[in-house]
Amino acid sequence: MKPTDTSNPEYFHKVVDCQYACPAHTPVPEYIRLIAAQRYSDAYMINWYSNVFPGVLGRTCDRPCEPACRRVRVESEPVAICRLKRVAADNKDDIRSRLPEIPQKKNGKRIALIGAGPASLTVARDLAPLGYSIDIYDNQFAGGGMMRSQIPSFRLPIGVLDEEVNYILDMGVNATFDVQVDSLRDILAKDYDAVFIGTGAPRGKGLNLPGLEDARDHVHLGIDWLASVAFEHTNRIGKRVLVLGGGNTAMDCCRTSKRLGGDDVRVVVRSPFEDMKASPWEKEDAMHEGIPIYNNHVPREIVVEGGALKGMLFEKVEAHYDEDGKRSLVPTGEDLVFMEADDVLMAIGQENAFPWIERDLGIEFDQWDMPVVDRVTFQSGNPRVFFGGDAAFGPENIITAVAHGHQAAISIDLLCRGESVAQRPAPRTNLASQKMGVHEWTYDNAVAPDPRYLVPLAPLDKTLADRKMEVELGFDQDTGYKEAERCLNCDVQTVFEELRCIECDACVDICPTDCITFAANGEEDELRTRLSAPAGNLAQDLYVSDSLPTQRVMVKDENVCLHCGLCAERCPTGAWDMQKFLYNVNGTLA
Amino acid sequence: MSYQIPKFRHPELPVNELGYTRAAYEGAISTLCAGCGHDSISGAIVRACHELSIEPHKIAKLSGIGCSSKTPTYFLGNSHGFNSVHGRMPSVVTGAAMANRELLYLGVSGDGDTASIGMGQFAHVIRRNLNMVYIVMNNGCYGLTKGQDSATADEGSASKKGDANPFSAIDLCGAALQLGATFVARSFSGDKEQLIPLIKAAMSHRGFALIDVISPCVTFNNTPASTKSYEFVREHAEATGTVDFVPMRKEITTRYTAGAAHEVTMHDGSVLHLYKDADKLDPFDRRSAMLALMDHQNDGTVLTGLIYLDKDSRDLHEVLETTQRPLNQLDETDLCPGNRMLMNINASLR
Repeated sequence: MKPTDTSNPEYFHKVVDCQYACPAHTPVPEYIRLIAAQRYSDAYMINWYSNVFPGVLGRTCDRPCEPACRRVRVESEPVAICRLKRVAADNKDDIRSRLPEIPQKKNGKRIALIGAGPASLTVARDLAPLGYSIDIYDNQFAGGGMMRSQIPSFRLPIGVLDEEVNYILDMGVNATFDVQVDSLRDILAKDYDAVFIGTGAPRGKGLNLPGLEDARDHVHLGIDWLASVAFEHTNRIGKRVLVLGGGNTAMDCCRTSKRLGGDDVRVVVRSPFEDMKASPWEKEDAMHEGIPIYNNHVPREIVVEGGALKGMLFEKVEAHYDEDGKRSLVPTGEDLVFMEADDVLMAIGQENAFPWIERDLGIEFDQWDMPVVDRVTFQSGNPRVFFGGDAAFGPENIITAVAHGHQAAISIDLLCRGESVAQRPAPRTNLASQKMGVHEWTYDNAVAPDPRYLVPLAPLDKTLADRKMEVELGFDQDTGYKEAERCLNCDVQTVFEELRCIECDACVDICPTDCITFAANGEEDELRTRLSAPAGNLAQDLYVSDSLPTQRVMVKDENVCLHCGLCAERCPTGAWDMQKFLYNVNGTLA
Repeated sequence: MSYQIPKFRHPELPVNELGYTRAAYEGAISTLCAGCGHDSISGAIVRACHELSIEPHKIAKLSGIGCSSKTPTYFLGNSHGFNSVHGRMPSVVTGAAMANRELLYLGVSGDGDTASIGMGQFAHVIRRNLNMVYIVMNNGCYGLTKGQDSATADEGSASKKGDANPFSAIDLCGAALQLGATFVARSFSGDKEQLIPLIKAAMSHRGFALIDVISPCVTFNNTPASTKSYEFVREHAEATGTVDFVPMRKEITTRYTAGAAHEVTMHDGSVLHLYKDADKLDPFDRRSAMLALMDHQNDGTVLTGLIYLDKDSRDLHEVLETTQRPLNQLDETDLCPGNRMLMNINASLR
């Protein structure tokens, strides 16, 4: 193998599994250390610069970082990264004085943002401090988009959302609410320098089942129903509720039903339980509230008697997987199952809809009627029009929308300065030794088995009685500290300098997880078979040095490195050093 | 500051026949200087014992005084241990081995503990062919007292202070051969591929097995002018051959070229394969071994590998015809057979 090029910022970035997995690449270990040091405001600001909505995300993020966490590979449960983010948000001081200053004198460029969801607000947050004049248009009465309309208050209190939305709206952004934009041509006619479309995936999918016409009053689309609850148009639901679908919207629907009078609330899903799209913790939360999940049930008919909804018929199926892992649901042949219902909520997916975008504006639409958008620049066929969030490539999540917003903001700034949007700024990185003494490091390098701490919940009877009462109480400071200490500090890198190495093997002998080998070089596949310990996780890189005096190379399997620093402590010549790698994505603010 | 090794281990560590991973054979975190060769030897001992599937409680590790003699804390944390008096480890092992012949005795010593204060004990334990493994962690200096030249420092070799050693060196392997040792090997802490099979072979040998391991002292004796530095040993080591150790219970799967290897069946049924590189050396002939040692000494090279093995070794228990049952398991009725037996013995002498 060729020596690893550690000057490429992506090499060490990939070692920080959580940060690498995060769409916005938030420097996770950096803020977790600050939480452990009780520097909550500092931890919050690192988050705020990177992901814009730390308080919201600390409660609602899809947490792609957690399955990636190294702790999964060496212990079992990941660090509760998401809930630690909430600890920073809950315990911070008033941070308004630390927000970027907004120039009085504008730069003369005007930007329109359609939709006031997480993607648009991120664009506003990134561009307002640079002197851009920003107009936001949204059809809801306040900003936040789906964070306001679709996430129930028992998961995300309105106050938390308002605070973080207002940090941005207070940047001199000109927001127009309760307005439906029904023509992009009209917007473009207002001579904006750029237009960003962050209108989400606003249309819920429905199932056209027999009986639907007669039961229409009691069959609702999940996201529309959640919005009407959030905006207080709906405050009741029948006693018996069937929720169709296995995603997070279905979980929000069933839990909300339970709070609005639903007594016998059931989730019914076509797929096996394990294949459900909902995050495992959201399924757990629903079941904790006494909501059963019926899997392998395909809806067949809505049963109406005497003009009134009686219930639904389901066909039982089994999942079969072919050699490629492709699933087919095969009926078991049993009788159809009847379930009684007063109301049915369909939460089987949502899609984009752009009836308001004229098709002659230079924006190309593909066979699924989705706009063709560049995955790096977020620019559409019309160079002045950008897309982000769910509007760009279909439904994802908040953190992805934020990541899109950052990149679109960079593109808009480049466009307005007359530069090429393809020329992306490089990430800002820093690599610095953490050595303080012979055996002392700036970070807490001791690593011990320590199971994940549970987030305490409010009493079930109280939360079920109040739709707005937050279920999760969040970690207190002590538990937050303990959970923060579970972090392995993967951003503190093991940096190897071959010229200093005397090949004494001290690092090989001390490494608790047998990451290090000195061996003759070879091709990666073959080299992996000769290492000190099995190296079968191909998703994790091998760190390979240049040739040493004995013609061997140092090979380190990054897979289960604990970042404990013992290799560096036992190295007599300082060939190993623990260096903190800070990676800030190429944002306009960081 | 790290006072402990993290408890996490690689999740796919291999287990031995007893179901243990290597972790069961590890010890506390080392407090020796970073880069000390001794730590590598500790690592090799851990791996050898794990791969041999020895139950940890069937091993006793004993040592004297010195950097080397601190190391038993850093390996085999689940085994019996005894830190004895300076240079007196062989006496303690002798006592222990006499009392309980069922344990595997691993003595760890240094060049000072062996070639200076312990020279007398070293000589006599070899003469008696006590069934033990005797590992010398040999760095040619007194590291614990700031690196003075030891009795194994080569003439002309200079440590950190810079003065060339004016005295001739004691060659422990040569001395052991002269004293009648039945297993003599030399190795290098930086060469685990050679060291681990040698430790395994020594553990399977019945009788006294010496492994003199050159183990650089990074703090005081890893200088360009030292003959016990990492660089010097790497450049000047010449192996007697390759040693491959096959434990008794393992099937022999590697194919060996006929004639190229000596196959030696050890006392416990394990098999040792020796691939000879050094033409002149016959490792089963004491005179040839002594000659090879002297030749290499004259050339300024370091002969490593298995130097001598007596296939017909008879250890102290055999020579003394002691009881098969360990002495510490004999109770009063065994040891004091009663008045009638005494009368019989007395009568037989009349």
